[in-house]
Amino acid sequence: MSPERIGVYVCHCGSNIAATVDVEEVALWASEELGDRGVVVARDYQFMCSSLGQELIEADIKEQGLTRVVVAACSPHLHERTFRTACKRAGLNPFLCELVSIREQVSWVHTDRAAATEKAMAVVSGGVERVTLHQPLEPLHVPIHPATLIVGGGIAGIQAALEIADSGYPVYLVEREPSIGGHMAQFDKTFPTLDCSACILTPKMVDVGGHPNVTLLTWSEVERVDGYVGSFTVTVRKKARYVDESVCTGCGICTEKCPVRVLDNTYEAGLGYRKAVYRPFAQAVPKYPVIDRENCTYFQRGKCKACQLFCPTHPKAIDFEQKDEILQFQVGNIILATGYDLFDCRRIPQYGYARLANVFTSLEFERLCNAAGPTGGKIVLRDGVTEPATVGIIHCVGSRDHNYNPYCSNICCMQSLKFGHLVKERTGAEVFNFYIDIRTAFKDYDEFYQRVLEDGVHFVRGRVAEVTDAARLPGEEGKLIIQVEDTLLGKQRRIPVDMVVLSAALQPRQDSTEVAYTFGIACSANGWFIEKHPKLDPVATMTEGIFIAGACQGPKDIPASVAQGAAAAARVLGRIHQKELALEPVRASIIAERCSGCRICNNLCPFNAISYDTARMITEINPALCQGCGTCVAACPSGAITGTQFSNEQVLAQLYGLLLLNVSSGPVQQPQPALVPA
Amino acid sequence: MSAKYGYYPGCSLERNAIAYHQSAVAVAPVLDIEFVELDDWNCCGATEYIAIDVLPAYALVARNLAIASRQKLSGGNQNQVVAPCSACFLNLSKVDKYMSDAPRLAANVNTALAAGGLSYKPGSVRVRHLLDIVVNDVGYDAIAAKVQKPLYGLRIAPYYGCLIVRPGFQGAFDDPEYPMSLDRLMGTLGTTVVDFPVKAHCCGGHMTQISEQVALELIRQLLQNAAEYEADAIVTLCPMCQLNLDGYQEAVNRHYGTKYHIPILYFTQLMGLAFGLPAATLGFGKEFVDAAAALNKIGVQPPPKPKKERAGKEALPMPEMAAGGLSHES
Amino acid sequence: MVAQRSAAGPAPGAFMDEVIAATPGGASHLELCVQCGTCGGSCPSGPDMEHTPRHLFAMIRAGMKEEVLRSNTPWYCVSCYYCMVRCPQEIHITDIMYTLKRMAIKEGLYRESSAADAPDFSETFIDFVNNYGRSFELGLATRYHLRHHPLTAVRKAGMGLGMVRKGRMDLTPKRINGIEQLQAILAKARELGAEDGAISQGGRQ
Repeated sequence: MSPERIGVYVCHCGSNIAATVDVEEVALWASEELGDRGVVVARDYQFMCSSLGQELIEADIKEQGLTRVVVAACSPHLHERTFRTACKRAGLNPFLCELVSIREQVSWVHTDRAAATEKAMAVVSGGVERVTLHQPLEPLHVPIHPATLIVGGGIAGIQAALEIADSGYPVYLVEREPSIGGHMAQFDKTFPTLDCSACILTPKMVDVGGHPNVTLLTWSEVERVDGYVGSFTVTVRKKARYVDESVCTGCGICTEKCPVRVLDNTYEAGLGYRKAVYRPFAQAVPKYPVIDRENCTYFQRGKCKACQLFCPTHPKAIDFEQKDEILQFQVGNIILATGYDLFDCRRIPQYGYARLANVFTSLEFERLCNAAGPTGGKIVLRDGVTEPATVGIIHCVGSRDHNYNPYCSNICCMQSLKFGHLVKERTGAEVFNFYIDIRTAFKDYDEFYQRVLEDGVHFVRGRVAEVTDAARLPGEEGKLIIQVEDTLLGKQRRIPVDMVVLSAALQPRQDSTEVAYTFGIACSANGWFIEKHPKLDPVATMTEGIFIAGACQGPKDIPASVAQGAAAAARVLGRIHQKELALEPVRASIIAERCSGCRICNNLCPFNAISYDTARMITEINPALCQGCGTCVAACPSGAITGTQFSNEQVLAQLYGLLLLNVSSGPVQQPQPALVPA
Repeated sequence: MSAKYGYYPGCSLERNAIAYHQSAVAVAPVLDIEFVELDDWNCCGATEYIAIDVLPAYALVARNLAIASRQKLSGGNQNQVVAPCSACFLNLSKVDKYMSDAPRLAANVNTALAAGGLSYKPGSVRVRHLLDIVVNDVGYDAIAAKVQKPLYGLRIAPYYGCLIVRPGFQGAFDDPEYPMSLDRLMGTLGTTVVDFPVKAHCCGGHMTQISEQVALELIRQLLQNAAEYEADAIVTLCPMCQLNLDGYQEAVNRHYGTKYHIPILYFTQLMGLAFGLPAATLGFGKEFVDAAAALNKIGVQPPPKPKKERAGKEALPMPEMAAGGLSHES
Repeated sequence: MVAQRSAAGPAPGAFMDEVIAATPGGASHLELCVQCGTCGGSCPSGPDMEHTPRHLFAMIRAGMKEEVLRSNTPWYCVSCYYCMVRCPQEIHITDIMYTLKRMAIKEGLYRESSAADAPDFSETFIDFVNNYGRSFELGLATRYHLRHHPLTAVRKAGMGLGMVRKGRMDLTPKRINGIEQLQAILAKARELGAEDGAISQGGRQ
């Protein structure tokens, strides 16, 4: 006889479970057949998760002196906390409650009622065997350091930084480019309101740059993250700028005097030039320039120093001797807002990018429209002077295509509509938009579509087959011909244009998997960072204390990125206010005497919780970093690692309950000693 | 020792494209490769057999694969068969691929083959196009070393057609949209290569037989573009492309009132010339559109490098092509 | 407790399922078509087709079997594979065109299409292959053109003569040595094909 007094509660979940499983039968069976395993009460109830259902458990704990509780209902993902909390209210340690799933694992995946009922009994039996071996556990309390690291100074990172800094807490904002601002700083106008992008972005950049609570680290990259939620130790490489920030006034004379012209593939998207000592754009924050070592004549050939010669400060702000700095600091939480890369349009040769001069990418076109861009905002062909009379804008370039990226890039429809409007407004040219579907689902977006229709922009429903300069018909000579099926007509059309704009896909940063590894979070197959829950927890990750915001989680426009930046900040602020965090005590731990120091588990841990003690030659687990996933437990060849709440004994007991106490497989057998390890 | 490959000439190379066969066989020893013809091979079915009946169409092709796998041609784990005709190349590689992907199809095909005492294990023969062998196994450098009479002064439109790069059933050896290997090969021989934008477009295939109107328009588009680029000749690697562009050029001129005179040559013929082989061994003279005038243009001096048109002061920078690209004369 | 289904009729996707099942070589992905028109835009003979491939797929989905099999579209396919490599949904479009040709022949509907001669060209071609193991251009040209294009046959004959004069056409067909072996293989394949639902060879199984 079991020494425990166990209560079993079988949920109907309306008809979700009850339609397929005879829940009354399961409860009756448990009370009759599992009595000698410790079950003293078994009930079924329509909604166990309701207040009345929970009260039922609480009353039994108090009145019947239950020492263990098994609830057979939905997945632990949903209501484990509900029932643990109910037990706690009634004075029972919450980890003495076990939730077994008879919905996701039984009623939703079976149709045969008799078999499903039998399986539900087996599942309940497994739960009963397991819960008997549960230990009362106490949550781990970790203090939360009040500082936050934000990686990426685009609009999402800026928003998050301001929210946290304005609340009075310190922020480290790390950006790998010489200035914050991100992609938004490259744009001219923003949809759907056509606000000037710089006009709404730069005030925020200035706020961040001058904020007393923000430590701005541009031209810097995170090299290492150690520790765990509440106390991460961050190592940042601050790359040498070769400019002394304490002296530099940002006057720009160095840039003016620099003799080297460099193609600017970052800020100008390859459409313009900068100098070897440069500030990416006029409103850059911080204002200090940076010397691009690869292209600097002095660094490459040992001669020049024009920038230093003409620098008007005393002492000179240009410092060729500057070295990279390694900084280390503590933070309690981290927000990743690392943004996206643009799809390389050369991968679709039939669209002619890099072969046909007047095919432009969307980012090139943004620079073309921008008053601060290489043409001063004039929309012209690659020759720099000719205004186009017809422009074709191709949607879904590299998106919604299994050959490249299967997903929808979210922003391209609105961006293409915006381009159409700008072309009309500035050149009066004829504009054709080639689309598969027009997706304008957010506030005031479809209204913008209406406006562009009123502008007289043409819409052709069809994914473009090819862009060619091979004229076939009169009128095509000297033009770019867009060949497409107009699917609403069911006819192939060839539309000659002067300029083609490719609305290119948004892709994960090319180093996103390495970044994910550094921070111990997961990437989807596409390379986007994975959120904890796609609907209910969109800015948290599976790693405690690491949050994500903006396009690094998936293609996103400015409003959505800002919302996520603010949301991540709110989550972090909530943590900081609690001052300490209660972590679930489901953890792996190492039995030191059994560890052979083989280190097999060391690289398997997805949360970087395992380290190796070289002095004692054994492996150690940091309980605050460990998320209790069990990977190391399964991998250890010496059986030296055990998981609280997932010990071998507990798991084997559950299997034993599932397999051996099956109702119809004959008389109940006694536990086989061979199955239960000593 | 020369590299050995199984050789599947296909019906066209027996007669209609005899020039292709002769020139391929002539250049092989120069490139140190040896062709071993498959024993008693049969037709691949072109694009027609599959339109009538599936399983016999697959079995027809599979007989050749079975022969190739039995013949132990090139040693190693996988026999390599070279097919100079694009349609044969496609059919052989497609049947191998689809037999690998669909086990039931493979089982049925093998039951049929068994009636002739044969069998074929999918994946055991690698089918390759002649161009692939030449540019990837022999390589541009080795070819350049064999060039004795560079074909200076000849402007070439390199024409790939469809099937050698699309869809790449056993993996494509060049880009399906904008292939470059023939461009580079022609450059290696000393010709001036034009950036032929329709280089992977369709020659009309069997449409000459089904709707001549449709076919003539497709052929016209290719000729028009080559003429615009002032190409002296179009270079092909497929008997069907050669026949359509060559044999129907006169029909195009009649139909559209045009005066195109663009000889259509096989890449192997030009390789032979550059290697200094006698023209008589390379199948010249079989073409309908006489190539003599074009060949007379071949000079002994490399043509002066065309001056790059200087971009205007205001011009915006042009993005670079991906690595491996070839700069064309424009 | 299955809810009652409404009155019977042909299942809406029946024709599409039939096409998918008859297309060899693993998944044809026809059911994934999003009607983007990449195929129709890419098709060299698209301007001359009665329906673009995309349009045809919509018709297949709508169960318009007769209209589909009467269309000249599959017969105008030049097998260039542009649609297949460009299709964002990786649909085996070229293979589906071959399937539709076979179905049209089986149903006898092609005779009403504007490409009514096309199957005879294919059939003439394969007759030579069946009898000799090789194709035979002269025989194909004369037999097919005299039957279908007697008016232009003279001009074609001019080209044929040119071919002969240039040594590019055989006057007699070649026969492979193993013709009996090949015929045994083909006969067995035809028999298996008939048993296996005539045209079904490993589509969605």
